[in-house]
Amino acid sequence: MTHSILIIAVSALTTMAIRFFPFLVFGKRKVPEIVQYLGRVLPCAIMATLVVYCLKGVTLFSGNHGLPELIAVALVVVLHLWKKNTLLSIGTGTIAYMLLVQVIFV
Amino acid sequence: MKKSQYTKEYLFAFKQTIPILLGYIFLGIAFGLMLQDAGYNFVWAFFMSIFVYAGSMQFMLVTLLAGAQSLMNTFVMTLFINGRHLFYGLSFIEKFREMGKAFPYMAFSLTDETYSVLCSLKVPEGLNEKKISFLISLFDHIYWITGSVLGALIGQWLSFDSTGVDFSMTALFVVIVVNQWLENKKHFSTLTGFLTALLALALLGPDSFLLPALACSTILLIVFRKQADDKPREEEKAKA
Repeated sequence: MTHSILIIAVSALTTMAIRFFPFLVFGKRKVPEIVQYLGRVLPCAIMATLVVYCLKGVTLFSGNHGLPELIAVALVVVLHLWKKNTLLSIGTGTIAYMLLVQVIFV
Repeated sequence: MKKSQYTKEYLFAFKQTIPILLGYIFLGIAFGLMLQDAGYNFVWAFFMSIFVYAGSMQFMLVTLLAGAQSLMNTFVMTLFINGRHLFYGLSFIEKFREMGKAFPYMAFSLTDETYSVLCSLKVPEGLNEKKISFLISLFDHIYWITGSVLGALIGQWLSFDSTGVDFSMTALFVVIVVNQWLENKKHFSTLTGFLTALLALALLGPDSFLLPALACSTILLIVFRKQADDKPREEEKAKA
């Protein structure tokens, strides 16, 4: 319990510090070029990494061989390329995944 | 009867936030369900959404809480996931400073979604822009808190099999990657992140690959700047 509260507190304070940082530091000075560059490209790398992180528990060589994850991720990608509706893509993907792991690949 | 100035400002601010209302309630519910599933009830959802108030990070926090991760890991993960917020504030340095007492709250509550609404905000003549900006930030925050508490309560009251509900986090990140892919001409950064993560996962295993992967990606992006950057450097622009 205490450790959980501390985890949340650290995350909350770090987030606040990040959000206040530009107001405290870059008020008058110019933002360094390398920081601007990383600000442009790093988010793409981070989000791709987080997708892998979400799927890290998938077992390719046993169990379902990652099929439910593969099908659901493919569904999200195709649906999003087609309709470009974030809520629709996430909602349909999640429901499809829940059905896959609860009903089909039991 | 003419609508009062007060009502007009509230209505205008509310209208700007309707897309966020849908998004935050829905994602908030997904987060609340996942949190409840991990053994943390609506009280936790309420306080996390008030004080952390960051979508992707809160999803990640469920995983960090469930695995009782170290505070150092939590700190570094937050830096990586929310680091992008560093750049949002840059667009509003002057504007928020002029808002006086509301300034700290405006800086604190600048999420991806609020940023996008405030960026495209055009206030009609006669309405108070500062007040409307504040209301937009506040409304978005309330939607997120409401959604996450609702999700936790749904998870608590309705006993349905919620196995697989955590896929909403995966789906969220997949959607973000697809959007980034469509927006950018170069995909070097996305591919670097993806392949580095896969390699790190294969070499280091699921429990400790994340931070090394992010660190390697950062270094690779600095080294291969020519390949990764959509915009040419200042000096190259000058030469051209």
